[in-house]
Amino acid sequence: MVRLITHNLLACHVKGCTSNNFPLEFKDAKLELREAEYNPEFIRGFLPKIEWKALVDTARQLGDTSLPLEQPEMLDDEFLKNLHHVLLEIHVEEGSMICPNCKHDYPISNGIPNMLLAEHEIG
Amino acid sequence: MEPTPDLSHLTRRDYDRVYEPAEDTFLLLDALELDANALRAAKPQICLEIGSGSGCVSTFLAKILGPSVLYLCTDINFHACRCTFLTGVQNQVILDPINTSLDSAVRYRLVHGVDIILFNPPYVPTSSDEAEDAQEGRTIEGSWAGGFNGMELTNVFLERVEHLMSLQGKFYLVAVKQNDIEHIRRSMLHSYGLKSEIVLQRRAGREHLFVVRFTR
Ligand SMILES: C[S@@+](CC[C@H](N)C(=O)[O-])C[C@H]1O[C@@H](n2cnc3c(N)ncnc32)[C@H](O)[C@@H]1O
Ligand SMILES: [Zn+2]
Repeated sequence: MVRLITHNLLACHVKGCTSNNFPLEFKDAKLELREAEYNPEFIRGFLPKIEWKALVDTARQLGDTSLPLEQPEMLDDEFLKNLHHVLLEIHVEEGSMICPNCKHDYPISNGIPNMLLAEHEIG
Repeated sequence: MEPTPDLSHLTRRDYDRVYEPAEDTFLLLDALELDANALRAAKPQICLEIGSGSGCVSTFLAKILGPSVLYLCTDINFHACRCTFLTGVQNQVILDPINTSLDSAVRYRLVHGVDIILFNPPYVPTSSDEAEDAQEGRTIEGSWAGGFNGMELTNVFLERVEHLMSLQGKFYLVAVKQNDIEHIRRSMLHSYGLKSEIVLQRRAGREHLFVVRFTR
């Protein structure tokens, strides 16, 4: 599965594709929701590693509008719970991820993101 | 003592396509077990295993560190990625597999961002052709075929790993004697300022195996 916490760390790595290569855009995404243990300390600690705009835009594309466009300064429990859900409980099982720059298509099948490149695409 | 992960869901047919845990795997588990307290105390957020195969090692680490850590697992072999995920499920831990070569899909976003890196590479000395074919085929041969000195793939990763390590980052590498451990350690110190220690070593049949831990 591709969870949004992982998606937020994936970038296109085709040779020469070094700007605007993140975030990858989901296409034909099939979602599954699976409950995960809520740990506010983990979510809070992870926040600095997240590219906020990429996360919010991606969640909205997938139909989840619970996150604010601007990262709030006050991290209250409601916010952390929404963030927990978006990062850890939305799983993309099938579909693909498209590079916004070079349009490379990274398929997801059986829950596994295929980020492999052909020899001539490797930098 | 953490028990060895439950792999009873994997069958012969899986091991026709995916590396079956062996002495090298178990030496890495033992090294992680030795370091367990220090690993926990450092409160890691992101672990990255390169070449996770069956998923045995990341599952073991997840049992040591608990659920509040992200466990990214890469492998070039699609079946290995599936097995990794399923081994997590079987042992009630969540592993996030990515079908990619080394750290290729995540290195752009994880600059100095990974706290624990694990790599039990294809370390067996073979011809370069054999190693290249195995890499291109993305099959089980890629589990061991290491090319010249068994170091062709490992050398590529050694050039990349410092870029991934967080300030408190630890990198565990499995190697065999023919890989020339002392040369690896010296060159990592000179080129990247990474210190290292041999955590464990063991003779298993014809192999003399080592686990080396690198830190800043
Ligand atoms: C010696 S096996 C170790 C498997 C498992 N980590 C263990 O300890 O049992 C090496 C693994 O590295 C994978 N591998 C080989 N080349 C790779 C590459 N370029 N990128 C990622 N994984 C690779 C193989 O498919 C195999 O699963
Ligand atoms: Zn691209």
